Amino acid sequence: MADMKVYFDNNATTPLHPEVKKEMIAAMEMFGNPSSMHAFGREARANVEDARRKVAHFIGANEKEIIFVGSGSEANNTVLSLFVCGSSQCIPGSKMRSSIITTKIEHPCVLETSECLGHRGVRVKYLNVDKYGKIDLDQLAGLLGDDVGLVSVMMANNEIGTIQDIETIAKMVHERGALMHTDAVQAVGKLPVDVRSLGVDFLTMSAHKIYGPKGIGALFVKKGVPYCPLIRGGHQELGRRAGTENTLGILGLGKAVEMRAFEMPEEEERLLELKHILRNGIEERIDDIHFNGHPTDSLASTLNVSFTGVEGEAILLYLDIEGIAVSTGSACASGSLDPSHVLLATGVDAELAHGSIRFSMGRESSREEVDYLLDVLPRIIERIRNMSTAYIKGGLHAASR
Amino acid sequence: MLQAGEWAYSETLKEHFMNPKNILQGENTDEFDGVGMEGNLQCGDQMMVVIKVDKEKEVITDCQWKTYGCASAIASTSILSEMVKGRTLDQAFHISPKEVAQALGGLPDHKIHCSVLGDKALRAAINNYYIRNGQEDKVKKEQAKVICQCMSITDHDIEDAVLEGARSYFELQERTKLGTVCGQCKDEAEVLLEKFKHIHFGV
Repeated sequence: MADMKVYFDNNATTPLHPEVKKEMIAAMEMFGNPSSMHAFGREARANVEDARRKVAHFIGANEKEIIFVGSGSEANNTVLSLFVCGSSQCIPGSKMRSSIITTKIEHPCVLETSECLGHRGVRVKYLNVDKYGKIDLDQLAGLLGDDVGLVSVMMANNEIGTIQDIETIAKMVHERGALMHTDAVQAVGKLPVDVRSLGVDFLTMSAHKIYGPKGIGALFVKKGVPYCPLIRGGHQELGRRAGTENTLGILGLGKAVEMRAFEMPEEEERLLELKHILRNGIEERIDDIHFNGHPTDSLASTLNVSFTGVEGEAILLYLDIEGIAVSTGSACASGSLDPSHVLLATGVDAELAHGSIRFSMGRESSREEVDYLLDVLPRIIERIRNMSTAYIKGGLHAASR
Repeated sequence: MLQAGEWAYSETLKEHFMNPKNILQGENTDEFDGVGMEGNLQCGDQMMVVIKVDKEKEVITDCQWKTYGCASAIASTSILSEMVKGRTLDQAFHISPKEVAQALGGLPDHKIHCSVLGDKALRAAINNYYIRNGQEDKVKKEQAKVICQCMSITDHDIEDAVLEGARSYFELQERTKLGTVCGQCKDEAEVLLEKFKHIHFGV
């Protein structure tokens, strides 16, 4: 068994930052309900609001514009669901603008919510992406009409790391009178994100992707933008999200963004260098591969590569045995029979989508770990290819060997 | 707190994944008496099974394979290749996916189709042997029977839908569009649905 443990699945989730952990352990003593007027409650309230200031500051927002929610998925559900309201009571003019536009490469929480909205009378239009995962701006211009109420485009893709030009998209969207949402779960804390310069109306972020705890996220809602809560029945978050505040989680998120502000700037360069070494190393050692995602407009931490003739879950589990954690776009690992919708949207064929592996590094990733991976991976691919039907006489890739 | 389980699947499956038995070495299948291939790379699973046969006794003496697929697919073909050795062609032909899954110590529902494919490849190899040896009369065709005339849906389509997750008549309709026109096939389809649920999932 492997003695080295390499965690290259940071886009799935991240370990707690030691400082976040410290903060949360200390906060466990603080049990007061922030809504209570007594000393216990006031202590909790003060800390929750302090965390809110930190989060707001981190993305260039006003603290009143930050709503704490249970997850990135909840934030995305909340924003999209604004547009299903049958009346114009909450969102003025929503009846006139009952279409939404999103992309084919969004997280399932956006795609499945969109599909559900479709059943409830909202018209949903999906943007195509090019082979690097960039959305088609001309198509967006063509789809933007007076019927469109909301456009939702993710800032950085979780699977292939491709970064969209949200600033340009938001300008186009606003010119046509629609609202702009970006799911920035994979972007905040990895790239500089400023809601004012992006010009977005809604932005989703999550703590556990940036060394914070699970079960807490934040939704930025620009001041003056129409809003309707998804979870009703409480005055918390200024009536915008009912339910007693997750004080521990909120404090963890506050600390997580504080630490990101310190560490992010120099980390990006380091990760880019590691990704470069990883990419070149794979290219040198293994043939018949295909890199997915944009060559430059991409998260420094994320490298997605497809291996011809090899199924991804097999790679994932052989790497797991060697102590290396990654993820795959293969259907076999997803519980469905379809491979990654993101890769298919970029035009990658189904076989390469089944054979895709995502390496997502993080603040603790090191050169030593990349070298270890580069040592282990070629043997695993070779081993799987040796038992694959793809290379037998008459097999699909027989000629390539 | 609980610790991480030893592995994603059973220990037997892990053993067959880490040390697969009887992988066909090289690419030459000429020395084998029967070759069968099923599935395709686009769907994420493809298996080839090759067999050697004692022609007098009609007993499988060797079985090797190649698989493109996930851990369950690799382990299924590996254990299948062990199971069939020493069995007569007729016995081997009737090995069910359920037996393979049981031998592996169980498979999660969404992995059952992986074991089905190895089974199909084995039957294709046996049929291939019969054809090569002038015994076409023994070739066992799995005749598909059309159940839904309107949408031209066969019992095989129903089986596939069950393997892909359909558990109710409504889900079966969602996947196959069966019974969405005249609806006369409903009773027969429901019987088959229950049959395949029972065969593959024991429910």
